[in-house]
Amino acid sequence: MKYHVFHGTTYGYSQPVSLCQNQVHLTPRITGRQNCLRSSVDVMPLPSCQNGWLDYFGNQVHFFSVEIPHEKLSIVARSEVEVFAPLEVTPAQTPPWETIREQLHLPQDEIVLAAAQFCPPSTFIHSSAEAHDYGLASFPPGRPILESLLDLTSRIFHDFQYDQNATGVFTKPAEVFQSRRGVCQDFAHLQMSCLRSLGLAARYVSGYLVTEPPPGTPKLVGADASHAWLSVYCGSAGWIDLDPTNNLVPGIRHITLAWGRDYADVCPIQGVLIGGGQSTLSVAVDVVPDLPSERPE
Amino acid sequence: MMQSTGTVEVLPPSGLFSGYVPPAEAFDELTAGGRLRESWRQFVQGLEELGPQGLAQRSEQARRLLRENGVTYNFYGAPQGAGRPWELDPIPLLITLREWQKLTRGLIQRATLLNRVLADLYGPRELLKQGTLPPELLFNHPGYLLPCHGIRPPGDVYLHLYAAHLARKPDGSVVVMADRTQGPSGAGYAVENRLVISRTLPSDFHRLHVERLASFFITLRDSLAVLAPSGRDNPRVVLLSPGPKSTAYFEDAYLARYLGYTLVEGGDLTVRGGKVFLKTLGGLLPVDVILRRTHDHDCDPLELRSDSLFGVPGLVQAARTGQVLVANSLGSGVAEAPALAAFLPAACRQLLGEELVLPSVPTWWCGQPEPCRFVLSNLDHLIIRPAIMHRWERPIHGWQLTASQREDLLSRIRSSPADFVAQEPIHHSTMPAWSENGVAPLRVGLRAFAAATNGTYSVMPGGLARVAPTSESLAESVSSGQASKDVWILSDTPVDAVTLLRPHRAALELRRSPFDLPSRVADNLYWLGRHVERAEGIIRHLRSAVVRLTNDLEPSGLTELWLLVQALSEEGESQLPDHHSDSPDPFEDLRREVSALTFDDRPLGLQSSLQSLRETATLVRDRLSLDSWRIVNQLDVELLFPWLNRRDRLGDILLLLNQMLSLLAAFSGLATENMTRGPGWQFLDVGRRIERALYSLRLVKRLLVPAEVELSPLLEVILEIFDSSMTYRYRYLTSLQLPPVLDLILIDETNPRAVGFQLNALAEHLGSLPHADVVQAAKDQQIMYAALGALRLTDLEALGEVDEGRTRGHLERLADKLAGFLRELSDVITHKHLTHTAASRQLSATFAVRAS
Repeated sequence: MKYHVFHGTTYGYSQPVSLCQNQVHLTPRITGRQNCLRSSVDVMPLPSCQNGWLDYFGNQVHFFSVEIPHEKLSIVARSEVEVFAPLEVTPAQTPPWETIREQLHLPQDEIVLAAAQFCPPSTFIHSSAEAHDYGLASFPPGRPILESLLDLTSRIFHDFQYDQNATGVFTKPAEVFQSRRGVCQDFAHLQMSCLRSLGLAARYVSGYLVTEPPPGTPKLVGADASHAWLSVYCGSAGWIDLDPTNNLVPGIRHITLAWGRDYADVCPIQGVLIGGGQSTLSVAVDVVPDLPSERPE
Repeated sequence: MMQSTGTVEVLPPSGLFSGYVPPAEAFDELTAGGRLRESWRQFVQGLEELGPQGLAQRSEQARRLLRENGVTYNFYGAPQGAGRPWELDPIPLLITLREWQKLTRGLIQRATLLNRVLADLYGPRELLKQGTLPPELLFNHPGYLLPCHGIRPPGDVYLHLYAAHLARKPDGSVVVMADRTQGPSGAGYAVENRLVISRTLPSDFHRLHVERLASFFITLRDSLAVLAPSGRDNPRVVLLSPGPKSTAYFEDAYLARYLGYTLVEGGDLTVRGGKVFLKTLGGLLPVDVILRRTHDHDCDPLELRSDSLFGVPGLVQAARTGQVLVANSLGSGVAEAPALAAFLPAACRQLLGEELVLPSVPTWWCGQPEPCRFVLSNLDHLIIRPAIMHRWERPIHGWQLTASQREDLLSRIRSSPADFVAQEPIHHSTMPAWSENGVAPLRVGLRAFAAATNGTYSVMPGGLARVAPTSESLAESVSSGQASKDVWILSDTPVDAVTLLRPHRAALELRRSPFDLPSRVADNLYWLGRHVERAEGIIRHLRSAVVRLTNDLEPSGLTELWLLVQALSEEGESQLPDHHSDSPDPFEDLRREVSALTFDDRPLGLQSSLQSLRETATLVRDRLSLDSWRIVNQLDVELLFPWLNRRDRLGDILLLLNQMLSLLAAFSGLATENMTRGPGWQFLDVGRRIERALYSLRLVKRLLVPAEVELSPLLEVILEIFDSSMTYRYRYLTSLQLPPVLDLILIDETNPRAVGFQLNALAEHLGSLPHADVVQAAKDQQIMYAALGALRLTDLEALGEVDEGRTRGHLERLADKLAGFLRELSDVITHKHLTHTAASRQLSATFAVRAS
């Protein structure tokens, strides 16, 4: 499936900003089942300096600095991506979850070693007895890992309520356990904290969800904005994505931007500025399927 | 540190060392089996000749030198300005060159190894792939900075300056207690210790052929210059300090001055166009090398930690693209983890193909089952500490735990074993240290330093030794009650003198740029000028009151004296009753008030004014000459007047005030005679001029505006405080009248104490200061000309007129108007000239785009 993605962000300031330096993760990465055909990041005013590189996790990063006084900053990312469906995996045929944990504890090859770095705590995700106990209910001894993961995903979907106003960008899983409310970022972090407490490797995925529902299917929560979910290392079955906000395994309607240990690694836009006073923010995200029928021949 | 070499003579039965009985279970540096070690013989002989009194004298002399040089150490969490004096024991630690060379080999290998470990961890990670280092240890490490992975610093040098904490075990062998790889502190204190001790024990120093330290710093400086990415002969190097609140700020400033680097804080630097610049009054100057003393996480708020605004946004990117050399490289703190010690021998074999020469203290990481079992069953004999970050956490001594603490610790280790390491407790060796009760054996630890040079390392021939006051084992960082010691490496042959001033490499490019001054420093110099002048004003004012109180008092002069002392506080804040007739014993009240203003912490009092002066001076101490700095340190009431019981003796207070005035005069003299006339001096002088004019206007308003008091005694006081009595007498003989006095102290632009003189001087300064823009320059000048105009057009006769409210209204309005101009000017200077000092803030902290 092909998509056109538009992601526009505009900052307005009550006083001029004399200098701002930013790092953005706005280019869809190329993965086993996603191809990025075209992408651009345009900044106004024109940056005095910009460049890009692949970060530690292989995500495309853009760095730019605007060094002339400005009262408005706009960042527009456009891309064209092609997403393929994941391979069908039969949950009952995945390895028992403990064997994955053992592998990760003593990595024997580079693939497992690379996965092992998603086991320890990180900025947003600390191990806790609460997360461990909540998670463990889905992980009885010997259960195939994907069965457990789907069970945990579904429990989080049912036990926690989607609420845009309950949490903020820096909310940690411990608070979400208390309030039982949050948004996709919170649910992804929460499920990751359960899995890491059990010794498994989980990474945070930042991306988009297609807004146009195909005819006959209900509209999904999380439309018209960035979305986030998680991915879990399942041994021979590879990395499997899970979306606890919608209780499903992401397919061709999830577009991956970047992944990391948690939100802090892949924050779409981060920056430091001098001046500015009061500021306002507006974001517009648009994901349009590139349907063959609509394309002029 | 001798491997029990020849011991020759029994300690003299009497004298200094009669009470010296080292504990049996430790190695003693001085003696073996009650006999003196050969290496100490000559030195001990010298000490015996000095005798207890001589040594006490030397110790006192050392203390005074440290005090005068203002050597301090800020304890973690102590409030600003609460730096405690540096403690230095007069007896150095002696090590023979032979043994030192052996240690040096071990230190060089260890520094080389840690450099290779860093290169591997931030590069191919062979240590992980081959199973030498458990991945959990690295991935759990918050100091392992992923954004820095893949950055290759110039010359593949990650570790430019390295420090090792060494201890000698009872069997005489040396172990490393901890490695310091971020911005190791202590090298500057070692130099300061050397300066003081070589002055207190000069003859021993020369007789014993002590190795010099300076060559080490030349190596460090050359090495940074060679690695500088610009390849310029004379690259701009800055020393990045966390600021005055950090523990070793004294050392940051000291090292910067010693090495000839500009001392900066994060806010002084900016990244533009991918390059690092120093913000100065004259604009942005490119920076080639940053010698950092800041923590890894505090270096770049953009990439390293979004809640820290200490650093320089964009610095990681500048390092990544090779625009700047950061020493030590960003992320080097990962090598400090105590748990790493357990894996260094294997890492040494893998990376260097050698056995580790200088071992670490035996360490067990609980993240592996085998060592963990050992630790759990031997808890009572081990020291437990966090596996990774440990700087401010106290180690747990297994043998001191109560049963319940023990259970608690065991369960914590079992639930997250990877978070803990255990270390074997080490009985540090002992050595003689001086105290009032004579020479006693104290535990000693040594911090040694190595600097990268030409693909290898060079070790400082000396170091920083620390002794603990009790025979308890030494804490790891300098903490309360620990004294430091100089370390002497004794050569068999005479040693060449080396100085950092000697031209070493290519001749220096001549620099006379007046604008090479960080804006923050200019701001601080301005405030220093104001505080110095305010202190002088307060002292002159206080003195005029004390002089009158010590004379036989005429009751008729009481009203004026009362007003004079009240004027020493802000309006309405004096502790005196409104009128002297409200007081049962007005003279006693005056005496008490004057003493309180001198000794107590009062808003406009002497103490608080000197406190502000010292604090501001601390912020720019790398800009002050040693002599000026010494004066600042003597400007201390406690130091000059330690007699608590004499605080109400006015004669003594007078002596104190006179002494302070001389010190301030000396400070001003040094500034006038010794500071180059760049913007730094100008900002200092602008501060002085503004403060002097403001204090004068305040006095005029408080003393001359009220019209119900007798005028002539107050005119006399005013002339005295303005140091203008002589001029007045010369001009007008003894007839005291208001208009000529006002002419002399307000308008006369030839009198250096007059307000008019200050305004003139300010107008001149403002004409030549570097300006960010022309419009602003015009505005400053406008204020000045308005003020000068107001003063020059004054009708002196009218100023004397008395209103119905029994005040001199014209005079009051003029004083208020001029003070208003001056405050506006001060505002302009601090807020507009110094715009570069604006702090940055986090974009993502104000609002981050959140996924939903």
